[in-house]
Amino acid sequence: MDSTYKLLASFAQSMGVIYFMGIFLVVVAYALWPSNKARFDEAARMPLRED
Amino acid sequence: MTNATATAKSIKAGEFTGIAIAALAAMLMLYITAGASDPGYAFHAFVGFAAAVAAVFGIGNRYFKRDPEPIPQEIDGKPNYNFGPVKFATLAALFWGVAGFTVGLVLALQLAFPVLNFDLPWTNFGRLRPLHTSAVIFAFGGNVLLATSFYVVQRTCRARLAGELSPWFVVLGYNLFIVIAGTGYLLGITQGKEYAEPEWYADLWLTIVWVVYLLVFLTTIWKRKEPHIYVANWFYLGFIVTIAVLHLGNNLTIPVSILSPKSYIVWSGVQDAMFQWWYGHNAVGFFLTAGFLAIMYYFVPKRADRPVYSYRLSIIHFWALIFLYIWAGPHHLHYTALPDWAQTLGMTFSVMLWMPSWGGMINGLMTLSGAWDKLRTDPILRMMVVSIAFYGMSTFEGPLMSIKAVNSLSHYTDWTIGHVHSGALGWVAYVSFGAIYCLVPWLWNRKEVYSLKLVNWHFWVSTLGIVFYISAMWVSGILQGLMWRAYTELGFLEYSFVETVEAMRPFYMIRALGGALFLAGSLIMIYNIWMTIARAEPSTEDSAAPAVGAVPAAA
Repeated sequence: MDSTYKLLASFAQSMGVIYFMGIFLVVVAYALWPSNKARFDEAARMPLRED
Repeated sequence: MTNATATAKSIKAGEFTGIAIAALAAMLMLYITAGASDPGYAFHAFVGFAAAVAAVFGIGNRYFKRDPEPIPQEIDGKPNYNFGPVKFATLAALFWGVAGFTVGLVLALQLAFPVLNFDLPWTNFGRLRPLHTSAVIFAFGGNVLLATSFYVVQRTCRARLAGELSPWFVVLGYNLFIVIAGTGYLLGITQGKEYAEPEWYADLWLTIVWVVYLLVFLTTIWKRKEPHIYVANWFYLGFIVTIAVLHLGNNLTIPVSILSPKSYIVWSGVQDAMFQWWYGHNAVGFFLTAGFLAIMYYFVPKRADRPVYSYRLSIIHFWALIFLYIWAGPHHLHYTALPDWAQTLGMTFSVMLWMPSWGGMINGLMTLSGAWDKLRTDPILRMMVVSIAFYGMSTFEGPLMSIKAVNSLSHYTDWTIGHVHSGALGWVAYVSFGAIYCLVPWLWNRKEVYSLKLVNWHFWVSTLGIVFYISAMWVSGILQGLMWRAYTELGFLEYSFVETVEAMRPFYMIRALGGALFLAGSLIMIYNIWMTIARAEPSTEDSAAPAVGAVPAAA
């Protein structure tokens, strides 16, 4: 029981950081990717468009 | 309505299932009413019975009155938006808002003048306090979120809300939950978990309503005409999904019997405490923050007539907020039986949260670049901008208070109450008021609210109220914390508890004054909204296709 806890905790504490940082870096790259800029500038105006 | 029409009217699967389920539910509710172990529970079962019967008649009536053809998704190439449920939720939000603020004022007065507890079980502080918190957070805030999310998702997807009965089920079912929860507190039915007081049956009902809410929202996004999913919808989706997960995790209870309101949670000891504050803090993070940030990302650009300052920042803001918030809960359990590493983790994530919070604040404020002059002339925009400023302030104060050393002074004191109210009144309520002032003229085809002057009055009266409230609580909170930890030179506690209570009294009176001003501001708003719907000049541009007609929808 105790060793299972330690195993899981150490796994979560190391791999969890890598996993979440990885996903977050992907998000940052997606947001800052130069070719996405035009699309995001367009999206920034979405509330202003009338139908 | 004549039988001669070409298409014969047939009952839809949704209508049939709705009636069948409601009829079965009515029978179950009647059975529980008859056998309930507790009069309060019997009353709730009877309310459930009445609601189920009303649903049978409501759906039936709707079937007999409607056209045989399905409601068109588009009229003349424009989306045929469904604003009925939005209108209902907007008006419900106003009603619950005033009710919740009033109960808050009563509580503030009870703390200053304990005689106002009236020595009655139903009106004592312990029962009224959850009534206040639930009324303002879940009833007022929840209806604002329902109204704005159903509005924003339709407008930014250019698609009619999914389903016909389901959006109404969500809005009416949610308000039924509010009634059950609120009356339950007064009758003494509670599971004693802060912000999660409703008992198992109310929790189950909310789960059903919430799943339908998620499905309506997702299906509307699914059939969108816009290729891009606007960032506000991401925030709404984050709010809906996370609240579902939190609600289920923190309410895993086993009822004693179907005939009893009492239940026991499956978690025990410190795990239960951790679950509670994982839930509790993320109710703040995802209900009161993510949902209202969605409002900010739609209504601020719209009102300022400026694009979002940085859409890239909004994406990073969203994901950073989602990643970090979920870990912040343990800061509610500093210096408790919770393991030290978990407390430190909660503190660390709370401090890191400062960054996405201020990223969002900067994004909201800078959306006004090029339109700052509007702050002078437009009190509605001013209200929303002040709300963002309060968001910035309370998301700085929160991380500060989560630091263990600061928390050892601030925890259990009025400082916490002050912090919560600078966030709740300054941020949540103000951004909601701003959104409602925008939304009502759009929904009822009015050019503008009845009186911008009255909005201005609302703004200044309630801002003064907030300032009274939070400054009184800062002073009393720090005073309280310092008195609790004061020792004499012989090592005895310097003050007895009742001495600290006595020292609070002037600040409690100032707080009650602040609350009264805030309530007064909201009453000005009610009058203004009422006059907007009843009297204000109709909008000239007929962009919203189907005319609302002379009769504003029944309130």
